[in-house]
Amino acid sequence: METYEYDVVVIGAGGAGLRAAIEARAQGKSVAIICKSLFGKAHTVMAEGGAAAAMGNVNSHDNWQVHFRDTMRGGKFLNHFRMAELHAKEAPDRVWELETWGALFDRTKDGKISQRNFGGHEYPRLAHVGDRTGLELIRTMQQAVVSYQQKDAVEHGAYDARIKVFAEHTVTRLLKRDGKIAGAFGYRREDGEFVLFKAPAVVLATGGIGKSFKVTSNSWEYTGDGHALALLAGATLVNMEFIQFHPTGMVWPPSVKGLLVTESVRGDGGVLRNSEGKRFMFDYVPDVFRKQYAETEEEADRWYTDPDNNRRPPELLPRDEVARSINSEVKAGRGTPHGGVFLDIASRKTPEFIRKRLPSMYHQFKELADVDITAEPMEVGPTCHYVMGGVEVDPDTGAATVPGLFAAGEVSGGMHGSNRLGGNSLSDLLVFGRRAGLGAAEYVDSLGTGRPEVDEADVAAAEAEALAPLERGAGGGAESPYALHSELQQTNNDLVGIIRKEAEIEQALAALAELAPRLDKVGAVGGRKFNPGWHLAMDLRNMLVVSECVAKAALERQESRGGHTRDDYTEMSPTWRQVNLVCSIAPDGSVALKHQPVPTIRPDLLALFDVSELKKYMTEPELVAGGVLAEAGAAPAAVVVAEPTVVAEPEIVPVVETATVVETETETVVEDKADGEVETVTETVTDTETVISQDKEGDS
Amino acid sequence: MTYKANFKVWRGDDTDGGLEDFVVEVNEGEVVLDIIHRLQATDAPDLAVRWNCKAGKCGSCSAEINGMPKLLCMTRMSTFTETETVTVTPLRTFPVIRDLVTDVSFNYEKARAVPSFEPPADLKPGEYRMQQIDVERSQEFRKCIECYLCQNTCHAVRDHEENKTSFSGPRFLMRIAELDMHPLDTRDRKREAQEEHGLGFCNITKCCTEVCPEHIKITDNALIPLKERVVDRKYDPLVWLGSKISRRK
Repeated sequence: METYEYDVVVIGAGGAGLRAAIEARAQGKSVAIICKSLFGKAHTVMAEGGAAAAMGNVNSHDNWQVHFRDTMRGGKFLNHFRMAELHAKEAPDRVWELETWGALFDRTKDGKISQRNFGGHEYPRLAHVGDRTGLELIRTMQQAVVSYQQKDAVEHGAYDARIKVFAEHTVTRLLKRDGKIAGAFGYRREDGEFVLFKAPAVVLATGGIGKSFKVTSNSWEYTGDGHALALLAGATLVNMEFIQFHPTGMVWPPSVKGLLVTESVRGDGGVLRNSEGKRFMFDYVPDVFRKQYAETEEEADRWYTDPDNNRRPPELLPRDEVARSINSEVKAGRGTPHGGVFLDIASRKTPEFIRKRLPSMYHQFKELADVDITAEPMEVGPTCHYVMGGVEVDPDTGAATVPGLFAAGEVSGGMHGSNRLGGNSLSDLLVFGRRAGLGAAEYVDSLGTGRPEVDEADVAAAEAEALAPLERGAGGGAESPYALHSELQQTNNDLVGIIRKEAEIEQALAALAELAPRLDKVGAVGGRKFNPGWHLAMDLRNMLVVSECVAKAALERQESRGGHTRDDYTEMSPTWRQVNLVCSIAPDGSVALKHQPVPTIRPDLLALFDVSELKKYMTEPELVAGGVLAEAGAAPAAVVVAEPTVVAEPEIVPVVETATVVETETETVVEDKADGEVETVTETVTDTETVISQDKEGDS
Repeated sequence: MTYKANFKVWRGDDTDGGLEDFVVEVNEGEVVLDIIHRLQATDAPDLAVRWNCKAGKCGSCSAEINGMPKLLCMTRMSTFTETETVTVTPLRTFPVIRDLVTDVSFNYEKARAVPSFEPPADLKPGEYRMQQIDVERSQEFRKCIECYLCQNTCHAVRDHEENKTSFSGPRFLMRIAELDMHPLDTRDRKREAQEEHGLGFCNITKCCTEVCPEHIKITDNALIPLKERVVDRKYDPLVWLGSKISRRK
């Protein structure tokens, strides 16, 4: 076994991990970056849309307060207000900093970073590079790490002297001594050798949990490793019931099932049809939205060119509505042969229009599915996209409840509340990656020389745990890791998916309880050298415990909010808004769930909202306590009110609020001409769109 | 549409190995990576293969299919006839670790040898101003997903292990071109491109461009312009003089 000593070990080399590592190194700490894949392959490269930052380059009215408001609305006020505040305030600096490391964002006419519109963001706010912004972030930070290594090679004689990347290494256990982090134990994929990291601080940046679901837009690595490592080390997870399902993922062919189909397809005129050819969304407009959505296909079609005098097509209802409707059509037997519905733009727009407006979608379907979206409809259905829940952290430092443990990015919880806005993920990982790296560095300083020692017995136990699947091999009664994984994915998909109900979640918990003892029988053959069967066997533990968290929290929360839709509790409840569900591991090894108050929003932040909007989310006593509302029923003379002009309206509690916004999108289309010259066409497209303020979300 | 396909997959490690035959189910719409995954779930649970996104965006699943360097996730089974035997082998230019997984550390060493972006010292974050037309040249190269198919296919190293020390390969010569064309990079990169990274080894056969899954015009847009810049710098006394009195490249 190889043993290394570092000040800070960062687990995960996506955006959050790299930003944390860069910061810890900048603070003078020695840093190890543990990377499950090759360096530069993290799931962050899949992010398309952009990084949300209120730089105000395109619309000067934008500022952190507006971004904060949008984020809180998107999360339906369950967000940790302090995280949303830090995120909105610091995102611009984090994006600008990337330019100093060589990032090349798309530009405005005056040479600044261009910003694009996105769902839920009031102004054009997403710094982007075409539709490959995540790749740009990863490459930039990867190169920033290299830049430090080059300095270290000059100064210390070795590239790896102060910051080293352990590519294709996986951590299976965090190690503690006297309640504090002492190190991490893992293996190297290449040869299966075990590796011990002695370090007082560990930053988790392992991303999400999508691979626990059958249909997902997530990549191979997303097996909830960090979530599980934190739990097993005694830390807590918050908001695990909130999972974002995007309504339109590819369902066919199988090779691309779950891959995202951008919402712009519908924005540009694409419609949803069932197997009978019917535009079924007209049957699913809820009463509360009736006024804003067209009742006939004719009216809906007129909206694209004349939004002022027509109502918008029901295909552009909020994502949860669209996903629910698709689900109902499929369940009613009107789905496509492959269990989705048709998304048709081919019969509605010219091939030239489609290729120009949706180049990446055209390319994606053409190359991956052999489907020409200018000639035939796509098949789509909901896909598991992002987990809002994660490790409970201190907003300012990223510290988890276990001393020495930090978390940032998708693996952490709280920032996005019940639902994440598109574009807020890339900015999240920059802002909180840096803060976690800083937090870890400061924690290491605070320890002085008294670093916790790794307990050899813990190392031996971790080793035995990792070797167990190989020792079982293919012997009698051994379970196949692939079969177990497939069953787990199917269970979550069917029973804890986009639409949930009590009986089904209970059924899922029973199924998970049956999988648990089978996990102890999973066997792997073929030795320790780069053995995917063995690796999966070890990942399964993480997926199983995370699935239990999701199911238990989903069963407990008796309301529908953001990424948690209950068929049996369809309303959003102001009482439940005050509750965070927190998971931990009970002494018997099962997942324990407790209610914890959502942190009280600071009055100065609460004052950024109109009181009529706050009333839709919060109870009256909360608003009175927050100083934005006078106490109802009190005699006027006796009331001490900060803002006496605000009048209580206790009887009016509308369910949703709608607002009309005008989105102006400037897009640059580059066409290669035959002679090799590059022609740039810049066109401005103005979309008028009614946005449901309680359900602003959006990616790509 | 389901049929049984004949597959030959290279299995083994750095000590020994060979092609192994499999008869495996293929369904409509599948790609080669799906078939490899099916083999893992059935016949060969320990079959080693790298993959991540399965959407052509991460560049992990590079291998050779019937001798052609390709991404396993971007090669549809419909491009083969039902009777055709599909042969999958690891990238030839890099040492095998196990089965389809090779040791690509050569590429990370070369990446580390390219000096990083050097911005103007007097520019603060937020003050960077660049025109779209000027960033687009480098942006094309930054589309690179680092699948290393170009590195694998380039004849300068494919069958010439001895050139690996003095030649960085198309991916990293393109990286130098990208930095050289970055509107705000201040470093003169021409000499090192030629003398340290072996630009002269490239004789523009365009094999790298042909295998690039991102369709980057590596040869035309990166390597040839870089060669031209090197030549200009080397032989033009006016350019040389200009470089001494101005910061601009």
